[in-house]
Amino acid sequence: MTIRTRLTYVMRMTTTDEDLAVAAASGDGAAFASLLDRHYDRLFAFCFRMTGARAEAEDLTQDICAALPAKLTSYEKRAKVTTWLYRVALNAAQDRRRRQATRDKAATGWGDWEVARTATNAEAAAQIDWLTEAMTQLTPDLRDTLALILDDMTHAEAADVMGVSEGTISWRVSEAKKALKAIKEKEASL
Amino acid sequence: MTDDLDDLKAMMTAATPKPDPAKRAADLALAQKNFETLQGSRDALRPTPVTGPKGLWTGVKEMFGAITSKGGLTATTALVACGFLLTPAGQDMWRGGLQEANTTFVGDAKVEQALAEADANFTTAEIVADREMEMVDELALIAPSAPAMMDAGPARARTATDSLAVSGGLAPVIAEEYVLLPEASTESFANADESPLKVTSEAPVSTFSIDVDTASYAVVRSSIMRGALPPADAVRVEELVNYFPYAYPAPEAGGAPFRPTVSVMDTPWNADTQLVHIAIQGELPAVEDRPPLNLVFLIDTSGSMADPTKLPLLKQSFLLMLDQLRPEDEVAIVEYAGSAGEVLAPTKAEDRTKIRAALESLGAGGSTNGQGGLEQAYAVAESMTADGEVSRVLLATDGDFNVGLSHPSALEDFIAEKRETGTFLSVLGFGRGNLQDATMQALAQNGNGTAAYIDTLSEAQKVLVDQLTGALFPIASDVKIQVEFDPQQIAEYRLIGYETRALNREDFNNDKVDAGDLGAGHTVTALYEVTPVGSPARLSDPLRYTAEGPAAEPENEIGFLKLRYKEPGAETSELLETPILRDRTAGGEAQFAAAVAGFGQILRGSDYITSWSIGDAIALAGAHRGEDTFGYRAEAIRLMQLAKTLKGE
Repeated sequence: MTIRTRLTYVMRMTTTDEDLAVAAASGDGAAFASLLDRHYDRLFAFCFRMTGARAEAEDLTQDICAALPAKLTSYEKRAKVTTWLYRVALNAAQDRRRRQATRDKAATGWGDWEVARTATNAEAAAQIDWLTEAMTQLTPDLRDTLALILDDMTHAEAADVMGVSEGTISWRVSEAKKALKAIKEKEASL
Repeated sequence: MTDDLDDLKAMMTAATPKPDPAKRAADLALAQKNFETLQGSRDALRPTPVTGPKGLWTGVKEMFGAITSKGGLTATTALVACGFLLTPAGQDMWRGGLQEANTTFVGDAKVEQALAEADANFTTAEIVADREMEMVDELALIAPSAPAMMDAGPARARTATDSLAVSGGLAPVIAEEYVLLPEASTESFANADESPLKVTSEAPVSTFSIDVDTASYAVVRSSIMRGALPPADAVRVEELVNYFPYAYPAPEAGGAPFRPTVSVMDTPWNADTQLVHIAIQGELPAVEDRPPLNLVFLIDTSGSMADPTKLPLLKQSFLLMLDQLRPEDEVAIVEYAGSAGEVLAPTKAEDRTKIRAALESLGAGGSTNGQGGLEQAYAVAESMTADGEVSRVLLATDGDFNVGLSHPSALEDFIAEKRETGTFLSVLGFGRGNLQDATMQALAQNGNGTAAYIDTLSEAQKVLVDQLTGALFPIASDVKIQVEFDPQQIAEYRLIGYETRALNREDFNNDKVDAGDLGAGHTVTALYEVTPVGSPARLSDPLRYTAEGPAAEPENEIGFLKLRYKEPGAETSELLETPILRDRTAGGEAQFAAAVAGFGQILRGSDYITSWSIGDAIALAGAHRGEDTFGYRAEAIRLMQLAKTLKGE
């Protein structure tokens, strides 16, 4: 009839993300706070890359933060926390996109952003124009894949996040490259 | 082409804004609030843990009845999914075992059905609605615009989750949990409640099977090295104690294959009790005399094995072991993932290049079908066995047995049946995070083998090189220990560890009841904490009406030890007997074992150790380090020091 106290992990600077996540999943609020604090900036940046608009990214990040406590139960320790977190973020972004599609607002994020950026200096604008155009021309799948790859993920890690094979990721990246090249060539011929 | 990507990356980095600090703080606060609310509501819904009946363990056969294994859980995925939602962490539920889950959720067929439908269909509102309304209510309060969902009419029922999702609420996430993540998994550990204190006059006889597994020690070490104390259920005290080789008196040539030594010492953590130290030393037959080995490496190459601490470490470990084999030993390799396949046909160990190439060709991918692989491995092993040879399947896995295993006991029976035909099974666990320790243990126990957990190359060295002979050559099987204490002398006793190895009193003489095997050169240590009659440490009051009679003169003999074992391959058991004498004759080896046992019990959160600390364990272990040829004890002391810091002592 032993009454066991809940398993407590001792937090240290060196504690891994994975240990923090496990501790958080078993109810440790401090671990959860520390985990989210570690990853918030990266999460926001990833959301921005997937949506292309600050406001959209902020909303998406907020959704994810609100949902994360419930999501924690799905965390498997064999996965890296970043992989898991990106998967959560990706699902949230896709859900959001699906809903927006009905309002015919899909892929306009980068357009909005384009409007907002006109105040910035011309040289940067030319480059960012290209980025904006490039990103909007990609299909959501390619765009999300690129967002992951540009975040220093390997193809294997991205495959893990997106739940597709590594081959698919490689194919998507090469498709994205093709698309980018086409855009460049188009620009050059102008 | 990479240039484009690099350009894009640079631009992307430049274009990505920094999060607004105020927004960031607000998001973090929201997340924390939801976290706490969720914890609160889960706590409220959490079923009161029912402490399982004690003393029901009737040996390893029963293990599957109470352990939690992923395989077993697959059958009731729905129940588990509920468990994840309703408890703060699935682990709590898993630890309690399936039975608990069943009793808690039986009768909730509606949810189950909803889950079944949800499998085929994407989320529908009903799933959340039914049982979780209470929760959703709470969550709705958090999500600012979530109330929209609450007044959604029947017509909108199907899209209720969608509208909620738009408002950034939590509910869709929960619903999705049911559907997309049915097997959110974690490690499961086999353990039972700490062996309770027994009153000698009520239960003078204690029976258990020996345990030479060491997996628990490696799990504990891996946790501590990662900066966290191990979960209490991961600590099996006897496996910690038995991790270390001890220099116990060796058996005489020509006699029994092992020699028991019993001694008594003062308990380090309690001045008024004593420890009975039972030591078994197995004989070490000359390695040159050993028959040729037939080894089948059965290697899990499922996707989850890709981790550096799994397949790559496994390859290195097996390469280490190759060097220990003799030219005439044979090796075969079978891999299993989605389907099973023979990677290397039986090959003499002298053809090292071929074996090495086959090992290195292994790559991880696909899901796991443990049973298909096992069947094939056994078939290969049988084809290799000639008269007088030992065949053994070495199963290396991270613990996934979730595909193709409809019932864990079917697999257990299969292994037990093959054991009878002379092919044994040992299990090597790799990697943390998905370790199905309970399954591993049960399989190895039924296969007359050992379960070891390999977390580092040095652990591989210990298991596969230093102790190879012991691991692969059983010298005695079904070794059972029975101790009877004299109620006139000993008021109370307690077996330390061996919770998962307890046997019924009558099992001792029943040769059909399986028990642990002893390998060549193995040592086994068991400790009882005993409270002499008249000791102030006695926890239970003496009976008023009792047959105990007036306090007898203290006698030297306080109990009696009986051991049963079978010669390998024999049907009937042999009996060894020796009295337990009060003389405190225990030496340094016993002291070290006691230090480790004390440490293990502290990690388990034992109720029986009150004022003793890890610091005391360190001092005691340090004073009795002995020769420590391989440095195992030095490592253990370092671990204790880390654990001491982690515990904040």
